[in-house]
Amino acid sequence: MIEFQNVSFAYEKGRPVLRDLSFRIERGEAVGLIGANGAGKSTVMKLLLGLLQGEGKILVDGLEVKRETLGEVRRKLGFVLQNSDNQMFMPTVYEDMIFAPLNYMLSREEADARVDAVLARLGLEDLKYRYNHKISGGEKRMAAIATILAMEPEAVLMDEPTSALDPFNRRLVINTIRELLQTKLITSHDLDMILDTCGRVILLSGGRIAADGPAQTILRDRVLLEANRMELPLSLMGRE
Amino acid sequence: MNKMQKALHELAEMDELAARSSPIHSLHPAAKLIATIAYILVTLSFDKYDLSGLVPMLLWPILLFQISGVELRSCFYKLRIVLPLVMAVGLFNPFFDKEIVLRIGPAAVSGGVVSMLTLMLKGLYCLMASFLLMATTPIDNLCAALRQLHVPKMLVTLLLLTYRYVGVMTGELAIMTEAYHLRAPGQKGIHISAWGSFLGQLLLRSMDRAQELYASMLLRGYHQHFHYADIKPFRRRDALYLIGCVLVFALLRYGKIAQLLGSAIVR
Ligand SMILES: Nc1ncnc2c1ncn2[C@@H]1O[C@H](COP(=O)(O)OP(=O)(O)O)[C@@H](O)[C@H]1O
Ligand SMILES: [Mg+2]
Repeated sequence: MIEFQNVSFAYEKGRPVLRDLSFRIERGEAVGLIGANGAGKSTVMKLLLGLLQGEGKILVDGLEVKRETLGEVRRKLGFVLQNSDNQMFMPTVYEDMIFAPLNYMLSREEADARVDAVLARLGLEDLKYRYNHKISGGEKRMAAIATILAMEPEAVLMDEPTSALDPFNRRLVINTIRELLQTKLITSHDLDMILDTCGRVILLSGGRIAADGPAQTILRDRVLLEANRMELPLSLMGRE
Repeated sequence: MNKMQKALHELAEMDELAARSSPIHSLHPAAKLIATIAYILVTLSFDKYDLSGLVPMLLWPILLFQISGVELRSCFYKLRIVLPLVMAVGLFNPFFDKEIVLRIGPAAVSGGVVSMLTLMLKGLYCLMASFLLMATTPIDNLCAALRQLHVPKMLVTLLLLTYRYVGVMTGELAIMTEAYHLRAPGQKGIHISAWGSFLGQLLLRSMDRAQELYASMLLRGYHQHFHYADIKPFRRRDALYLIGCVLVFALLRYGKIAQLLGSAIVR
């Protein structure tokens, strides 16, 4: 579904952020992309979405990500931004949710049906006509996820989906992620969340892949994690 | 909530005003847009000494406030920061233009005073008219209307982004002023020595956010078409509204309403 072939990228000449990155994510897989602050996690997402262009080749569903294919590629990928305030730009949750389906030429009836189905599935019916500037941070994150699901993407990308959430909302988001059937790529340093939601983990460090394997193996490796400025998930501490 | 956050909140409330329903809200955005532009052009076309001709122009915005149910109070409240700036434009006229043009009893009024008043009124009217348009028309519908009128895509997207950019910028400003005041308690405003770096930061931060916001639009299929705007076809009542407005403006501009009213009262 998603493939990076020898991808390198630098924002400024001489200061590479990603070096010769290669990995492959199969359809239906749930992958956690972890790494310390500034490891390049968000950059990987932006390259995948064609918001940045680097060297090497990126494939989404067999399509190479480049100018001519951007429309098609982006339609397959739903991206939940780290900052929901930047994600939600319409006045109400409903208008935000209907934005993408209408852009993709669905009729208003079809789009409405989609919106209602997603809201019902996430139990967010109450949010439908609320104003984006009047809902709480937790509600806004859930609304942002709903907005992306209304696109019916084939893969869901999430950048730090649990950042700045209280425990209740964090749990809500985690449960929602677990129930998604799409291919998932999730960045975070909330390793407990990654452990809960992802079967596989890719660890980024110094612009390279430091480890790639089952979440249960990598997230238990105290030495590996600490060498890369991260800590064991709380739930695994003292159970090594 | 600090002052800035409040301003931001109020700005977001423009969307709420625009989402209400009234005979004005339900008009076609293009009809409202053209009427507003016509009103502004007519207002600006008055001679700088034609105070008596300008006063009756107030009729149109007052009427719209009445019909649309948008409170006049909310207009002045939301515009309280810009209004004085716009009205200050003519403030120096009395010093330059001292010729007496009008006598009211013993008081002599100079041309400068009259032209200052007309400039103030013009500024006020234009702001009120623009406010009414924004308060009765969601921005996306307005953009859709502009596209229907064949305004270039680039310009329309620019307008849309500017509208959103203002919101983002006030948001960043709110966060930054709060951070500043936490570290400079008891200080009123922001010290002049910090303005340079403050403004620079503000621009960079809001540009970053605006970029991300635009990316979020692109990623959800935005391609400079506004078919997501809930826009209805141009109906007869839209045309009637437009014709009505133009007639009223023509009457106010050339009908010598003031003289008519004046002579009616004298008689
Ligand atoms: N727009 C930018 N311009 C220059 N450097 C950037 C920009 N965005 C990120 N970087 C740098 O690239 C590196 C990776 O950033 P990022 O992908 O955001 O990391 P992560 O999401 O893992 O925290 C960081 O060192 C960051 O400072
Ligand atoms: Mg990041």
